[in-house]
Amino acid sequence: MRCSVTLDAPADYGGWRRAARDLLGAGIRPEEVSWHTPGDAPELFAGTAPPAARPAALSVPRDFLELAELAVRHSDGERFALLYSLLWDGRRDPGLLRNPAEARMVRLHAMARAVRRDAHKMHAFVRFREIDTPEGERSVAWFEPEHHIVEAEAGFFQRRFAALRWSILTPRRCAHWDGEALGFTDGARRADAPAGDAAEDLWRTYFASIFNPARLKPDAMRAEMPKKYWKNLPEARIIPELMQGAEGRLRAMLGQEAKPPARRQKPGRDAG
Amino acid sequence: MELRAKLALLADAAKYDASCASSGSEKRDSTQGGLGSTEGMGICHAYAPDGRCISLLKLLLTNACIFDCAYCINRATSNIRRARFTVDEVVRLTLAFYRRNYIEGLFLSSGIIRSADYTMEQLIRVARTLREQHGFLGYIHLKTIPDAAPELLAEAGRWADRLSINVELPQIASLKELAPEKDLPAIHGAMGELSTHIADAKEARRTAGRAAPPRFAPAGQSTQMIIGADNSTDGQILGTSDGLYKQFRLRRVYYSAYSPIPDASAALPPQPPPLLREHRLYQADWLLRFYDFTTEEILSGGEDGMLDLEADPKLAWALKHRDDFPLDLNKAPREALLRVPGLGARNVDRILEARRHSRVKLADLARLRVPLRKVAPFLVAPDHRPPPGQIDATGLRQKLLNPSAFAAAQPAQLSLAL
Repeated sequence: MRCSVTLDAPADYGGWRRAARDLLGAGIRPEEVSWHTPGDAPELFAGTAPPAARPAALSVPRDFLELAELAVRHSDGERFALLYSLLWDGRRDPGLLRNPAEARMVRLHAMARAVRRDAHKMHAFVRFREIDTPEGERSVAWFEPEHHIVEAEAGFFQRRFAALRWSILTPRRCAHWDGEALGFTDGARRADAPAGDAAEDLWRTYFASIFNPARLKPDAMRAEMPKKYWKNLPEARIIPELMQGAEGRLRAMLGQEAKPPARRQKPGRDAG
Repeated sequence: MELRAKLALLADAAKYDASCASSGSEKRDSTQGGLGSTEGMGICHAYAPDGRCISLLKLLLTNACIFDCAYCINRATSNIRRARFTVDEVVRLTLAFYRRNYIEGLFLSSGIIRSADYTMEQLIRVARTLREQHGFLGYIHLKTIPDAAPELLAEAGRWADRLSINVELPQIASLKELAPEKDLPAIHGAMGELSTHIADAKEARRTAGRAAPPRFAPAGQSTQMIIGADNSTDGQILGTSDGLYKQFRLRRVYYSAYSPIPDASAALPPQPPPLLREHRLYQADWLLRFYDFTTEEILSGGEDGMLDLEADPKLAWALKHRDDFPLDLNKAPREALLRVPGLGARNVDRILEARRHSRVKLADLARLRVPLRKVAPFLVAPDHRPPPGQIDATGLRQKLLNPSAFAAAQPAQLSLAL
């Protein structure tokens, strides 16, 4: 018998847990289940709903559930199946879900790590622009996460910017805060977000000035700020010119003759 | 001077301070009012082409200075343009950048103007204005002027998450020569005072009832040493760090390779030290803090008080202590595994966890993304036994430094391992 489970959302962790308990209770093997989320093509939905059965009482390590909650946000289409197969085999081999070196557990850890990294990069690289609306000022950002993290990470921005009204637009899901409640809407397009403004010039000035041309390490920069993010970072536009100018600036500093020391400033008189 | 020109000048003048950390403070957020949050983890909002993290808006309040430290671009006798922000300008810049999610907060330092107390008061005013008038809850790192009055140091800790005083040079003799106005005993005195305040506030928070006692720099204090501006050895540098960690419970010592600056002093070496030296010192510092190495052990991996530039400090140590290896991957205790080149603390803990369930093979390490070529000579596992004599072979160092040569020489061994 083939079963088909359709969850409520791409990162529906609660729905996956309930379905997994039912399936385990009914003794349905992992290879007999196909997992779906609302965006999937309809022809994939072959199979019956899981039979009603007494849900299995499960004892699962807390660490595993924490990993699972992260992993369901991954864009990998096999995430729900992988998790269910681990639960299934974990019943016979209780050590499995605690073994970080087992092949499927390694994959699960990698998925959780990718989701955590995506979230961290979202906290870092969202860039708000401020627009006037009839209700007052609103901060709006366009961001392109790799995984289904917008709902999970909206709380971070709510806690940080509770006093502002803001929207984070992404291709798959958008988050909005009006000062009182979080709301979510369907994906948006880049053109729906405001374009660059004058305040970004000031930020680019800072970015250019804090860069030390004597320590050019573009690989280290790209490892932490991969190029795929650059198009939505206002400061990234000037990276090429900063890199091109670096060598000449360094040569000028190394080749300079030491000038006679300037006259000391008198204590008590401030500059500028 | 226009704001943008000041920003360019006073950010440029601030970039020689390596610290940009925004981690390790208390948890707070704006759900009960105010603006901002700190949730423990630092966030790097951008990276410059020098590979450094941009987490904080790092500025000098002014680059005018009455001190004449040879290594510093802002020294009194430097031929640079001088500028000064008003308190309000720094506050507005910080808030504007923060609201757009460009930064975690502010790292404010300053040249010494008029007096230590006056300068410290100006820095404190920025932090106090941000906190009191604007309810700013983001991260604030204040540079602390060691000669400032104790009550000013005490107030700085109320507003700041982190305080720092730079020791700058590892030896008192170098300080006398290159930074004659700096006073090492005064620096140590101020660090001691901060350390006591930080510990007291932490203890008071731990034992307090409902009313939280006043905070004091919950992210602790740090310092910076400049590398390569004087003739200090790595041994002297690490010895100084070790002493500072133990005496003042510093969160971090930053190492900053002396950087060429415009209009450099003739008292400095014309060429900067290799950036690799700075990198090795950070690695050694890590071994000191998290791997239970002593300074002497770390230095025994190098020669004449200098770290090995070619090999990382753990590998350099292991190559000089080959009798301790190879270790049995399934029997060695945690502290021994921590000394295997290529095994980090997190992977050691994963190995210990995996050992409870089954025998751990070298192939399992590959899945944990451990560099097999590096660890293989130092470990015995069910699927791997290093060839007899390999650990003592004179060519081992070269093979480990040049992995492609190693692969060519040992095809059978590696295919077994993989």
